Amino acid sequence: MLAYTLKRLFAGVITVWFIATATFIAMHQVPGDPLMNDKAVSAEIRANLEAKYGLDKPVTEQYFIFLGNMLSGDFGISFTQQNRRVNDIIRDHFPISAILGLLAIFFAATGGVLWGALTAIYRNRLPDIVIMFLVILGISVPSFVFAALGQLFLVNLNSLFGQSIIPVAGWGTIWHMLMPSMVLGLGTMALLTRLMRSSMLEVVNEDYIKTARAKGLSPTRIFFRHQLRNAILPVITVLGPQIAAITTGGFVVELVFAIPGLGRYFVQAVQQLDYTVIMGTTVFYGAFLVLMVIIVDILYGFIDPRVRLS
Amino acid sequence: MSLFEPTAAHFEPLARQEKTEQITRPSLSYWQDAWVRLKKNTRAIISLGIIVLLGLFTLIGPLLWSVNPALQNLNQVSQAPSWAKSAVVIAPYQRWNGIRLDNYTNPDQTFTSLPAPTGFSTADTPTTQRVRLAWDQVPGADGYNVYRNNRAPRDFNDLGLPLGSTYGDELSYEDRLSLEPREYYYSLVPTDGYDEYEVYSQLILTPALGLTPDEAVERELITDPHEVNIGDYLTIEFHPLGTDYLGRDMLARLMEGARVSLFIGIVAPFLFVLVGIIYGGFAGYFGGRVDGLLMRFAEFVVALPFLLFMILFKIAFGIGPGESGIMPMLLALVLLSWPSTARLVRGQVLQIREEGYIEAARLLGAKDHYLVLRHIIPNTMGVILVTLTFAVPAAIFTEAFLSFIGMGVAPPTPSWGSMCNEGVKTMLSHPHELIFPALLISITVLAFNLLGDGLTEALDSKMRSRD
Amino acid sequence: MQGLVRYDRRGKVIPGVAERWEMDEKTATFWLREDAKWSDGKPVTAHDFVFAWQRVVDPMTASEYAFILAPILNAAEINEGKLPVSQLGAVALDDRTLQVKLARPTAYFVKLTVFNTFYPIRQDFFESRGDQYAAEAIDLLYNGPFKLTEWTHSASLKMVKNEHYWDRENITLNAINVDYITADTRARLNLYTDGKIAFTRLDGETYKDALSQRFRIRRFTTGSTFFLEYNHRPGKPTGNRNLRKAIQSVFDPDEMVNRVLATPGNLRGESLFPVWINGVNDKFRKEYPAPQAGYNIKEAKRYLELAVKERGPIPPLVLLVSDSPTATKQGEYIQGVLLNKLGIELKIDVQTFKQRLAKMTSGEFDIVGAGWGPDFDDILTFGDLFASWNMNNRGRYNNPEYDRLVRLTMNSTDPKTRMDAMGNAQQILFDDAVILPQYEQGVIYLLNPKIKGVARRVIGPDPDFTYARIVP
Repeated sequence: MLAYTLKRLFAGVITVWFIATATFIAMHQVPGDPLMNDKAVSAEIRANLEAKYGLDKPVTEQYFIFLGNMLSGDFGISFTQQNRRVNDIIRDHFPISAILGLLAIFFAATGGVLWGALTAIYRNRLPDIVIMFLVILGISVPSFVFAALGQLFLVNLNSLFGQSIIPVAGWGTIWHMLMPSMVLGLGTMALLTRLMRSSMLEVVNEDYIKTARAKGLSPTRIFFRHQLRNAILPVITVLGPQIAAITTGGFVVELVFAIPGLGRYFVQAVQQLDYTVIMGTTVFYGAFLVLMVIIVDILYGFIDPRVRLS
Repeated sequence: MSLFEPTAAHFEPLARQEKTEQITRPSLSYWQDAWVRLKKNTRAIISLGIIVLLGLFTLIGPLLWSVNPALQNLNQVSQAPSWAKSAVVIAPYQRWNGIRLDNYTNPDQTFTSLPAPTGFSTADTPTTQRVRLAWDQVPGADGYNVYRNNRAPRDFNDLGLPLGSTYGDELSYEDRLSLEPREYYYSLVPTDGYDEYEVYSQLILTPALGLTPDEAVERELITDPHEVNIGDYLTIEFHPLGTDYLGRDMLARLMEGARVSLFIGIVAPFLFVLVGIIYGGFAGYFGGRVDGLLMRFAEFVVALPFLLFMILFKIAFGIGPGESGIMPMLLALVLLSWPSTARLVRGQVLQIREEGYIEAARLLGAKDHYLVLRHIIPNTMGVILVTLTFAVPAAIFTEAFLSFIGMGVAPPTPSWGSMCNEGVKTMLSHPHELIFPALLISITVLAFNLLGDGLTEALDSKMRSRD
Repeated sequence: MQGLVRYDRRGKVIPGVAERWEMDEKTATFWLREDAKWSDGKPVTAHDFVFAWQRVVDPMTASEYAFILAPILNAAEINEGKLPVSQLGAVALDDRTLQVKLARPTAYFVKLTVFNTFYPIRQDFFESRGDQYAAEAIDLLYNGPFKLTEWTHSASLKMVKNEHYWDRENITLNAINVDYITADTRARLNLYTDGKIAFTRLDGETYKDALSQRFRIRRFTTGSTFFLEYNHRPGKPTGNRNLRKAIQSVFDPDEMVNRVLATPGNLRGESLFPVWINGVNDKFRKEYPAPQAGYNIKEAKRYLELAVKERGPIPPLVLLVSDSPTATKQGEYIQGVLLNKLGIELKIDVQTFKQRLAKMTSGEFDIVGAGWGPDFDDILTFGDLFASWNMNNRGRYNNPEYDRLVRLTMNSTDPKTRMDAMGNAQQILFDDAVILPQYEQGVIYLLNPKIKGVARRVIGPDPDFTYARIVP
């Protein structure tokens, strides 16, 4: 197990390096640069700016400088928010996105497993139809609509009571986190419900379930010990990348609920071609994603003893 | 006793008998069996029906409802679905000089209060082309503010939209701001040139829906502007599903948008799921080094910043400015979406390849590709079909996002996803702009979902043994 | 922060840090008040202004707004690296007297100093912070009515009354909190409805919801003009004057403002120069009315035929827009107009911010949607936009007569001469259809009715809470 983990970590580092390099190349191929702005500047000023930020050096040299800095953990200073270190940006805002993301995943996972199992047990009866209808709604309506509707619901709730019970936006307490994380987790919850359902339906027909029933085990025991454990594997598979996807894709929810997460920086950096922030956030997210996948894969081996990973 | 020694003469052939009853069904291959089961499945039939209807909507629809989806009508912006309306023919717009006071002197002081303005009325018949307001001077006022509300104001803070201000000797105002043939409540507030006095006068009116002869010709209601006189009534075009934010017919746009959205929404998912199956199947089956390498590459693809690479693709594929790059967008979608399917499939394959029957088949001499195609993939159908169902709306919305940033369809070509994007903004005031495209997307997703369910029951081996 | 002078509630220039000043053709002298202090109690001196302005023109600072100090002697040369920073024509005669030598007679120089770039910086504080200057709330000194006490990036800001401000007796507000930062107008409307914020901007879609909630909506014309800029480079179809005149005659500015933008506050675009710019005695646009094309389809078709005769059939034109939804909407509208009325095909090129800038600089467009906001309170802030040497002239319009008029306006101090020159410039812009004015921008916003006295300005700090007070 240890050897496997170490091998994976090593491979992970290589992957992150590839990610950084590909992004760096892509970034420099796109026309425009971080120094361009609405008000044009003279050629001399432009030359000074380039020298100040090291953009006047050839691209390959800039790459190695970047690599060197990255290895020592320094991602430089943002172009758009000068005087703010990229490390500080990530350090200030990532935890917020992470908490939001993890909470969303928590909702999505518990909800998905629960609803999925329910639809499988009550197959083709009313609960199944209702839940599947909601699932379809959940995936065919875009997330920004749910975010807007969710916030509107809170506003009306507050006005109904005459005072602000649940905050409609912002960040800070658990009450701030409820609606945004639920909205964020909706799409994943729908996916997990569906996966769980089809997976459960397969498991329910397996012989060992029949055997367990014949042996006289209680339905609860069968459900938790046998059905759930076997059916949950696709859910776990999906969970790893989904955590990363949710944490990075929370941009819309962060926008609507005025949450100071990293998502907005991620998107704005590309729009502004803020080289340092693009590299910093991409490398950071890449490392985060790789780590999540490794953790999930190891979890895999624990849950399903049949799976041999190497 | 002597032994019985049979000879050939002791035996006679039996007469042929009819076949005995056979209670076995004809032996079918996996796929034939699946087709039979699919035909019997109600859900699948319904979904196929919906898909056929959608296809007809897309292909035959424009022939039946041949309205130009790009024709803008700025007089009919964001109209809800309704029956055909009639408009009165009016003269073309002329600039109005307004009404000014002769012998005006600025009051050089601010008063504690002033009376409400008198004589607040319309200078001539109000139409949706313009509403001309005029009033009497309030002695001591150095200007006026004009407000407009859609319902009766409750108090001074509820006067509605601040349309504009006049200064000094101007005692009139012309309102042209998105006028509709509905009841408006105008309020007039005197000012000292900067701040308002807290009094107001009110005026209620309903502008008539107006149309100039030239506009009628442009709208193809008549062929010659001299056919009609000022004051005649004309019936204007009928929009069964309403209009959008530039006055374009929703039904026509939905039909045109269907082409792009359905094409992307169906072809893209099929493609990238196919890629994912092959990739994941390989990785899961061979395991070890191969698996490791393939999966790391998949992670690499996922971690790349989506927006940046989309911009790069757009440039790399050399899409001209303002052109629709459907094929590059398809390619981009596929290239960036396959990893999640691959991962799912690989997970399932890892599970399945340890099953007993695989080992058995191998012992019987089955080759790798036979095992993968014949045994492993069919058993992953459940997961694959779920992914397909989810891939459809994901592809439609990603396409909307890409069109937003300039990749994909260029304006004015619509797509359901981009219509949703636009519709969300006016969600509360003009819900029809969001509801119709969202409804169509939901129906498409529903159809594929049901189809997926039906296919699962038909194809998934573990479910087959139930009936 | 506060500069030498500021604006009062009605838009007149009144003393700021400087309590009086004198100006002639060659010099401007400012006498600073004794009680002007920084937020740490130390006095604001003339040296602070000199230090700040030297930093601005220093080529190593690479300030984008260095050009605005151009009227000061040697500023342009220092910025180009030809002279050392110490040669800047701004000198502190003593702690409370600032003398500025002008490179050319500049009638509007005092008004110019309202702009942010002219604010003072104290040298010892600046150097003590090094690279971190202005990175966080504690890395700045404040000499205005309010100071920044807390700043959580992208999340919130807190400002409190500056107890060392010289006019603190007249400041009634104690604190200003910006508790939420988001670009989503609907979210901000929801926060306003929930009573959590008191001031927010609305847009074309959210104002209807605000109306149905019976909120008091206010409007403000920001003073920026928006127009379509043509590519005048040789070889481009839009370089042909007749084509531009054809488009000019087919465009109805009322329709853009009243039906496409459809929010109050926008004024129809008639000229590069907005309505608020001052002329000789009255507003410039009253003394020099903008020439009007009027909607004339026959004229338009005539011009189009001439254009086709001159350069052959018109190829599809490319309109470069940003990826904001309003820009795309306007682009689609223009596309419809050109296609339906003139039969010209227009392709909309949606580009994200930097890519759009790159294309504008390299000239990869036929038409681009552009706008310009005023930097200072004089007609030149708009007038010099289309001079051939101006780098913001992205279409590269080059007209020696226009250049001559701009130079005349720059160097003369006689109001009549200057305004006449700009009046002629306005005429050239119309005759040559250099640009197609679209609208003068207006914004609508919500302000809690309990707050009175918030000033909105075209130039200078906006919104200005100096005179704001809360009534019960």
